[in-house]
Amino acid sequence: MLLNQFLLLAAALFCIGVYGVISRRNGVLVLMSIELILNSVNINLVAFSAMTGAVTGQVFALFVIAVAAAEVGIGLAIVLAIFRNYRSVDLDDVDLMKG
Amino acid sequence: MLPSLLAAASGFTRPALDWHAFAPEVILVVTLVVALAVDLVAGEHNKGLVASVSGIGLLAAMIPLVTLALDDSSRVMFGGAYVVDDFALVLKGLFLVAGYLTILLSTNAIAEGDYHEGEYYLMLISSILGMTIMASSRDLISIFIALEMLSIPAYLLASWRKRSKTGIEGGMKYYLMGVFATAVMLYGMSLIYGGTGSTILTEVGASLGGSFGHTPVAALGIVFTLVGFGFKVSAVPFHNWAPDTYEGAPTPVTAFLSVASKSAGFVAILQLVFIGFGGQSDIIRPLMFILATLTMTVGNVIALRQTNIVRLFAYSSVAQAGFILAPLSVISAGNAGSREQVLSSVVLYLLVYTVVNLGAFAVIITVSRRTQSGEITSWGGLFTYAPALAVCMGVFLFSLGGIPPAAGWFAKVLLFKAVLSAGTTGAYAMGVIMAVNSVISLAYYLGLMRTMFMDDVPDGDVTPVKTPVPLFAAVGLTVVATMVLGIVPGLAADLAKGATFAFLPGR
Repeated sequence: MLLNQFLLLAAALFCIGVYGVISRRNGVLVLMSIELILNSVNINLVAFSAMTGAVTGQVFALFVIAVAAAEVGIGLAIVLAIFRNYRSVDLDDVDLMKG
Repeated sequence: MLPSLLAAASGFTRPALDWHAFAPEVILVVTLVVALAVDLVAGEHNKGLVASVSGIGLLAAMIPLVTLALDDSSRVMFGGAYVVDDFALVLKGLFLVAGYLTILLSTNAIAEGDYHEGEYYLMLISSILGMTIMASSRDLISIFIALEMLSIPAYLLASWRKRSKTGIEGGMKYYLMGVFATAVMLYGMSLIYGGTGSTILTEVGASLGGSFGHTPVAALGIVFTLVGFGFKVSAVPFHNWAPDTYEGAPTPVTAFLSVASKSAGFVAILQLVFIGFGGQSDIIRPLMFILATLTMTVGNVIALRQTNIVRLFAYSSVAQAGFILAPLSVISAGNAGSREQVLSSVVLYLLVYTVVNLGAFAVIITVSRRTQSGEITSWGGLFTYAPALAVCMGVFLFSLGGIPPAAGWFAKVLLFKAVLSAGTTGAYAMGVIMAVNSVISLAYYLGLMRTMFMDDVPDGDVTPVKTPVPLFAAVGLTVVATMVLGIVPGLAADLAKGATFAFLPGR
């Protein structure tokens, strides 16, 4: 079983996603980076599930996919509202409150 | 098509459903549907009906809690994934009470000026539904689902003022930090699932006791999972969203987030720390020590120089979260007595903090209806034109600061007792840090007191403050509860002491 390769792929995706969330300033790209992290979670879950033969991990992955869709739906709505108010989706512009 | 599917699924047997144990959640779902229907048929100026229906639904959901408590047996469903024990019942009661008080705080604020009145209560109820599910979840998947169920409506509530720049900015920050923390938490959960082969917390706990528990992967999984909830309780360094979101959101939503959403995060942490990761206290102790110390100190120090009342309470609630995390820094797997003390002191503090903080926000909402300002200076001389409100606020501030006879002192004493009774060097260090922070927090709580009682009215306007009935009820209920719990501390302490986990095996 090639479990290690899957886990390495997932870890790499996770790191790329975290880097994207921290370094990207465009709201939509940050959302995509979060999707990368969630997909690394799915790869992990399905790989572990295939290793043990239990379906729990696959059920977990299905829940993650469904909930991620709902989350991104709300995220895009918020980004849209940000664009209407600020005429930009650059997160550095969205920083009126300080202190 | 259908018969062949049924034939293929013949091995499936429906898991036993205990409708009595589910009754609070079922009532909330029914309330949600009824409120949606009422929102559909009610006219534009009649949306207050939705608030009434939601409030009645929340109160009705408390009835099965009482019958379940009288029944006095823990109920386990879905192979241990969903447990209704004393801990779950007490915390569900807390969430329902917090939800009801939030509705009382909301009715006027949302009806005047803010938009989408009907939908507001639907979001509120579905968030509370997620919280009641969280209190019973004893499984990584159901904890995740409950977390999302309470967070997704909360993201929408936080960005409710979508047409103001600050409103949507607060919502954006809350959403991004929340989703990021959830994603990191899920990665941690996937590692734990991989190592233990199960998502049920009792089985996870048993597997972590074996060889996997000592691997770095297990430590990574535990830290990532707990960090995800550190965001929910606004622990430093995951607190950046809190002040901005609290300022940008409508004030009733701020009250809800600072109390109910925070408590839900603590419920999840308690379940994970006591059941799932119970044996890994050598990882949890240093993590919680660092989180609690940073959270208390940073929250208190930044609160000292706030000029906006809502931001002051945002940092105050960050600091309070540090206090609640503190006892978790002394738990040890072997010492059952200390563990029980830690659990009951945290639950008691959550109960008291919920009542007191909602009361403080009720006063803030009432006063800012008149002053139309969030600046602390606008609170000058409150005592001269609204003596009752000023005294109530004084009671809440005393309670948050831990001064008798308001309820907070007893909860704080029990926190100190739980920490110090562990008797280790780390415990004494934590005790000293908590004591220093209590003193710092008094500086800004009493500073606000001085503004209210000693300063002059800024614009000389001393017309009395109008208090609408729902806000009057909210302030009255919370102030009475705060005084009663402070003078007869045994009432809540017994409740908290009884709120123990049922360590029932699944199947």
